[in-house]
Amino acid sequence: MTIVDIGIPKRLVEFTVDGSTVRVPEGSTILDACAAAGKEIPTLCYGDTLEPANACRVCMVEVEGSRTLVPSCSRKAEPGMVVHTDSERTRTSRKVVLELLASAADLSTTPEVARWLAETGADPDRFGPDAATVAQPAIVDNELYVRDYGKCILCYKCVDACGEQWQNSFAITVAGRGFDARISTEFSNPLPDSACVYCGNCVEVCPTGALSFKREYDKRADGSWDESRQTATTTVCTFCGVGCTLTLHVQDNEIVKVASPHESSVTHGNLCIKGRFGWQHVQNR
Amino acid sequence: MKRKKTEPYVRLTQPLVRDSGVLRPATWEEALDRAAAGIRRTLDAKGPEAFGMFSCARATNEMNFVAQKFTRAVIGTNNVDSCNRTCHAPSVAGLARVFDSGGGTSSYQEIEDADVIVIWGGNPREAHPIFFQHVLKAVHRGAKLFVVDPRRTSTASWAHRQLQLEVGTDIPLAHAIAREIIHSGLANHAFIERATEGFAEFAASVEPWTLEVAEKTTGVPAGLIRELAHAYARADRAQLSWTLGITEHHNGTDNVLALINLALLAGQVGRYGAGLNPLRGQNNVQGGGDMGAIPDRLPGFQDVLDADVRAKFDAAWGSSIPPRKGLNLTQMLDAMERGDLTCVYIIGENPVQSEADCEHTIKRLSNVDHLVVQDIFLTKTAQLADVVLPASAAWCESDGTFTNSERRVQRVRKALDPPDGARDDIELLSELARRLGHDWHHTGGEEVWNELRSLSPMHAGMSYARLEELGGIQWPCYSEDTLEPTFLHGRLWAEDPAERGRPAPFTVIEHSPPVDLLTEEFPIRLTTGRRLDSYNTGVQSGGFPSPLRQGETLDLCPEDARALGVVPDELVRISSRRGEIVAPVRLDKGLKPGLAFMTFHFPDEIDVNVITIEATCPIAGTAEYKAAAIRVDKLPVEV
Repeated sequence: MTIVDIGIPKRLVEFTVDGSTVRVPEGSTILDACAAAGKEIPTLCYGDTLEPANACRVCMVEVEGSRTLVPSCSRKAEPGMVVHTDSERTRTSRKVVLELLASAADLSTTPEVARWLAETGADPDRFGPDAATVAQPAIVDNELYVRDYGKCILCYKCVDACGEQWQNSFAITVAGRGFDARISTEFSNPLPDSACVYCGNCVEVCPTGALSFKREYDKRADGSWDESRQTATTTVCTFCGVGCTLTLHVQDNEIVKVASPHESSVTHGNLCIKGRFGWQHVQNR
Repeated sequence: MKRKKTEPYVRLTQPLVRDSGVLRPATWEEALDRAAAGIRRTLDAKGPEAFGMFSCARATNEMNFVAQKFTRAVIGTNNVDSCNRTCHAPSVAGLARVFDSGGGTSSYQEIEDADVIVIWGGNPREAHPIFFQHVLKAVHRGAKLFVVDPRRTSTASWAHRQLQLEVGTDIPLAHAIAREIIHSGLANHAFIERATEGFAEFAASVEPWTLEVAEKTTGVPAGLIRELAHAYARADRAQLSWTLGITEHHNGTDNVLALINLALLAGQVGRYGAGLNPLRGQNNVQGGGDMGAIPDRLPGFQDVLDADVRAKFDAAWGSSIPPRKGLNLTQMLDAMERGDLTCVYIIGENPVQSEADCEHTIKRLSNVDHLVVQDIFLTKTAQLADVVLPASAAWCESDGTFTNSERRVQRVRKALDPPDGARDDIELLSELARRLGHDWHHTGGEEVWNELRSLSPMHAGMSYARLEELGGIQWPCYSEDTLEPTFLHGRLWAEDPAERGRPAPFTVIEHSPPVDLLTEEFPIRLTTGRRLDSYNTGVQSGGFPSPLRQGETLDLCPEDARALGVVPDELVRISSRRGEIVAPVRLDKGLKPGLAFMTFHFPDEIDVNVITIEATCPIAGTAEYKAAAIRVDKLPVEV
């Protein structure tokens, strides 16, 4: 008996990236093609399991014949396209975008960003001490999550993860317009009074640490969070028969964080409150 | 309102033995010697059939394999079972009877690709949340979702149509759907003639269940029954999933068979995207059964009554496996009461709190001459033991595999060292085997798994390396260079009769209402279930600070609360024919008048299983947790 394949075979699209010819399946984005070719394009709002939100503008590339730069995370590759990822225009764009983001939000817990700032020569301080920021105190209103909106870059990944794309709880969304836009619960209620079910899927996708698990937040606060001493081991949750894949982050023989591999066919990176937080019993020693 | 606050359980790190009625700390040598001596005493005095093993549906496949091997090869009995008996044994029994295989038939991806999804007697939005995400993917792609449940649950709020039936009327509803499919000319006669048998008798048996008769019995409007029947039969790919609302009844296996009849009638099984799927409640209930930790099957679901199968295992193990089925968990509890089963080894299970009518369970376990409990906590069950062995936590402190609801075997990896003093389950079983004269030296999960693969054809192709590479493999997997389809029973659609094999039989089933009758004295129907943030007896889920946790409540609809003169948070007395408990009231508009709901997550505070009924399914041995008759009374005013 053969293995069932309901996928429609895809044609390959051939185009040029930085002078090299690349071939990718029809429907791939420029970012997909670059990743496949081993070429790094920085991005913050891109979520591998989410529809592109086109929000952060860090991944802009130049396409010959296009008046403006294009977001590589969502622009589909087309036959014959000529793409430059490292031109004068893209370098300037990336530098300014990172300067604007890093001057407005606290990116101290955003992985990779320090390196990108150095590589692009970005200087977030050049707007002076009076530059507008989203700085505000972190909200700690429950035992499981912390919302630190001073780190939020409005990438919408949490909104998408909580909404129709994954969790369908609709506990958080964007409130306000323009400069007043911000991530919020309805009527800015505390999380425990919202529709939140503490699945942690928003924290899973947050690129900056604006949403974090309280255990991590507390350990960072008291200086005991040390990723160099952590291991990540993939195993299986025990709270029902679905068999969700868990990645346990362990420091000093204590579970400090739980994630799920985004490529897992069972979870696609999603968990429920029990899988995400139900581990304390094994270390009540 | 006063609520008893319970402390989280703390890990066991020292073996305990009972002296003069009291459990006291002991060394490992002393505890293991004592455990082995009690087993040997039983074997000498009463023979192997006086021994029973409760294996663990939460432990690895490897541990379950070793536990059943211990039972069969070291002790010499088939008396091994696990808590699958309290939940999905009827699903396994029903599916195995029709298709010769007790697993759910489809993969999660197929749920996303289905056109119609029927969820019957389950609340996966809370009890299987990540499964329900696959359902929601399908819903957003245009699939129609039907939910059949007495309660308007958070799952039902996503349904296009909900069929809010009376508790225990699943068979009349299924029969009416079947009759409607037949009378509308929507039965898949090509499939029925080719791949099934017993259609004529079945069709005749559902004939009395017209839509109107079914509406009277089930409380579901005739139009809704008709709509589900037509949607299910017309769908290109329809999925039928169920949970404990189907199985935890005195006739749970009949309920499962009634649903299977529908799939046979409409040809909604054995094809990509069409299937029958029990959603398993524990991480390795599927695997425990697959590993032979059940009294009638050897590893790989091989029949213990088959002499050739037994010969293969006997040759590998040097054993002589008895040529008869062992006792299941329910029968073992009965045998304890009779004094026939006097030595019991319980691994990671808490029957004192998970079994229906728990006072009765305590009495039976107290009747046992030698009780060994191996667990990570000193549970209520462990507190009754003669020897307590501290174990490691399977899912994060050992290497092995679990098998999930889509039959996917996945790797479990050790991420933590167990606390000092706790030891690995397989190591402990080996220690006891050596003390009982069997030179066992299991060196770890992979070595045990490879032994299983050599004996179980359906696992043969699943090496650890391949499980790692492919992110788990669904059984069956017969060789290391092949993969089977993601769905089961494709053979039923084959052109060649030889390949098609045994036809899948329709089953003629009689309606049998719940055993615990509603009377003037006990006028309210109580059903039980899970909440999102809690798990079973709460021993594990009680360990983290959930903002959602509200403790045990008696959920009533506003109309019933008004009629009883009770208000939210008021403590009330809830009594059944078995006992009584006190719990606070909570209002739930999703309940119908006459229907109450409780969980079973907080037995240390409020033990709901004091009032549930132990009437069991005669085929699978699962108790009727879902249908007790109760009365609710205001408490006398304190002076």
